Amino acid sequence: MTTETTKEIPEAAAVPSPGAAPAKKVPHGHRRLLTRRDRLTLGLMAGLPTVLHIALVWVTALASIALAFTTWDGIGFDSIQWVGLQNFKELFEQNPQFWPAVQHNVIWFVVLIAIPTPLGLFLAVQLDKKIRFSRVYQTAFFLPVVLSMAVIGFVWQLIYNPDTGLINSIIGANEPGKYIDWIGDPDLNLWAILIAASWRHTGYMMILYLAGLKGVDPSLREASALDGAGEWQTFKNVIFPTLRPTNTVVLVVTIIEALRAFDLVFVFNKGAEGTELLSILVTNNIIGESSRIGYGSAIAVVLLLISLVVIIPYLVATFRKERRA
Amino acid sequence: MQHFSPSGLSLPSPSRRTLLRGIGGTAVLGAGIPLLSACGGSGTASDPKTVTLGSKASDAVPKKAFADIYAAYKKKSGITVDVNTKDSNTFQEQINSYLQGTPDDVFTWFAGYRMQFFAAKGLTTPIDDVWQTIGGNFPDAMKKLSKGEDGKYYFVPLYTYPWAVFYRKSVFRENGYEVPTTWDDFVALCKQMQKDKLVPIAFGDKDAWPALGTFDQINFRQNGYDFHVDLMGGKASWTDAKVRKVFDLWTEILPYHQEGAVGRTWQDAAQTLASKKAGMYLLGTFVAQQFTDKAALDDLDFFAFPEIDPQFGQDTVEAPTDGFMMSKSPKNKAEAVKLLEFLGTPEAESVYLKSDPSSVHASTKADTSSYTALQKKAYDMIAGAKSLTQFMDRDSRPDFTSTVMQPALQKFIRDPKGVDSLLSSIERQKKTIFASG
Repeated sequence: MTTETTKEIPEAAAVPSPGAAPAKKVPHGHRRLLTRRDRLTLGLMAGLPTVLHIALVWVTALASIALAFTTWDGIGFDSIQWVGLQNFKELFEQNPQFWPAVQHNVIWFVVLIAIPTPLGLFLAVQLDKKIRFSRVYQTAFFLPVVLSMAVIGFVWQLIYNPDTGLINSIIGANEPGKYIDWIGDPDLNLWAILIAASWRHTGYMMILYLAGLKGVDPSLREASALDGAGEWQTFKNVIFPTLRPTNTVVLVVTIIEALRAFDLVFVFNKGAEGTELLSILVTNNIIGESSRIGYGSAIAVVLLLISLVVIIPYLVATFRKERRA
Repeated sequence: MQHFSPSGLSLPSPSRRTLLRGIGGTAVLGAGIPLLSACGGSGTASDPKTVTLGSKASDAVPKKAFADIYAAYKKKSGITVDVNTKDSNTFQEQINSYLQGTPDDVFTWFAGYRMQFFAAKGLTTPIDDVWQTIGGNFPDAMKKLSKGEDGKYYFVPLYTYPWAVFYRKSVFRENGYEVPTTWDDFVALCKQMQKDKLVPIAFGDKDAWPALGTFDQINFRQNGYDFHVDLMGGKASWTDAKVRKVFDLWTEILPYHQEGAVGRTWQDAAQTLASKKAGMYLLGTFVAQQFTDKAALDDLDFFAFPEIDPQFGQDTVEAPTDGFMMSKSPKNKAEAVKLLEFLGTPEAESVYLKSDPSSVHASTKADTSSYTALQKKAYDMIAGAKSLTQFMDRDSRPDFTSTVMQPALQKFIRDPKGVDSLLSSIERQKKTIFASG
């Protein structure tokens, strides 16, 4: 810990403070630190990203929130009509896909945190032991992470296709009477997709944990070995606690993955019964020829609120920690 | 909604287009709708010798077929058609902002509600002047299809394709089946096929639109064309006993449909017909694209969906029609009108069908001598129809059909018992969607 901090301090000090260089040419009379050109440059450097950020992030987000209280088909701004809470009322009371979608987003998160995360940790611990061919295993487990979710969707369809897919062909479940519809059956399809999602997530988690494990001071292991701790005891009492920052990252990443889940399902069955997700409902309502932009925005706002419920406690905790430090 | 897969692949294909749809989706969510309007035409000053045309024909076969038409026009008139082709799904999804931005003079589109919607919004130009020239080329059913709600013409049809029940002639011959013309015959045939270890009706509803076609057929056979129009237009109620009757009839034949339909694409379902495992398949004539073997294609035949109520017989044919519209303020209106006049001739249609024989002429004056037997039959079926429908998602608000009807019918297929609560849910959602302008 101490070596790290001492290393950091000179580095930080070495960064030249902006505007330090032009301070040489101080004009007469009125004391100015920056020339007009510097101010222009700085203004552009700070201003342009700010404008872009505000326009592309804040304005659109706030516009979505505002539109959630309207109906609008996207044709001309004069067709926007204020409807108050109507969209939300309709969403909560009438849309048969809304509550399943919320539920599925939650299931998505729970499954990702309960299965691939421990599995990724387990693999990382094994690989960290510098076993033979560790690079090969590492690559093999990480490979799915490199693929885009859409490609993963295509690959897993070849496995799940009820008529010609790998599973049904092997177990003979593509005949009348014994038919298993992995993609269409609402009792099965979410779990089928979650296996595909977990397949990818495991590799992702593994890499995160592997990076975390590489940062564990070897002297800690040595000390615990000297104290006579077994492998499991060492892991439980020494190694795992040092992975705390990694765990936070893992938690945040998994929450994000669960909330933004979209591509895999969209490729798989477009969010048909059993696999509805909030992101897909938003898309289905907003994209198209006669869009329901207000209604779709209302769903997006729900998604935003759920995200905030998760993100705000995290930010509060992080800031509190920083203040203490 | 893209019903064609001209690639002819039977792979479970959410395809490149679906991906683009997804990408388009994120783009819209990120950037806000109005920003997309810049995607339209070239925006250059108008050249009197050029007409711009926005095309959704991005697949190889139709793209070439359309290009052939424009080449023929250039040869004839000396006018260049400057084509901006976009991926068809992207084109459909962005049509809204495209027409509000700087659209091309003429653009490819669908007949039916989808055309009337943009006409009513004032995003396209009425073309009654064009129809004064081309009116004689088309039957009344096509004229009706080309008009907006205000009675003015907005659309020039190019080609069309009917929906029907497809079967293999050899399968019917070997088993001694006869083409059913009434509902009772149809049900009896299904029963017989099941005894003969055939899947009576092939079915794949993974893409969620094929089931809309089944509903349409039973609905206008049972309740007639006018009720279909009222129901699609949001005027009739989904809780009406007439609609309930449609679902009762459907429930009666549902056990004869191929199992696990919600997980199967239409392409895979077509393969079961091609491999003679299934006896019949209700789909558009584009099903023929899945018959890559020449002998099997020659063996393919179809019949009109059987009569249910004798009062309506088989007088309605579901025949989605594709064609052209003119944008709100074309840069070169005079030439755009002339181009549309040409596109409304049997000659232009023939050029198209030469390269893409999976459809038939929209015009009745066309030369049908080069037609395959299947095309000839499809043509006769459409020409003899009293009314033409356009398929549920073209006859009704697309937002209603895609967000309410598609999931609802998938639910029904899996669980036909829950139909009452399903129908009241559809009706409640319909009211709010149709109320929102």
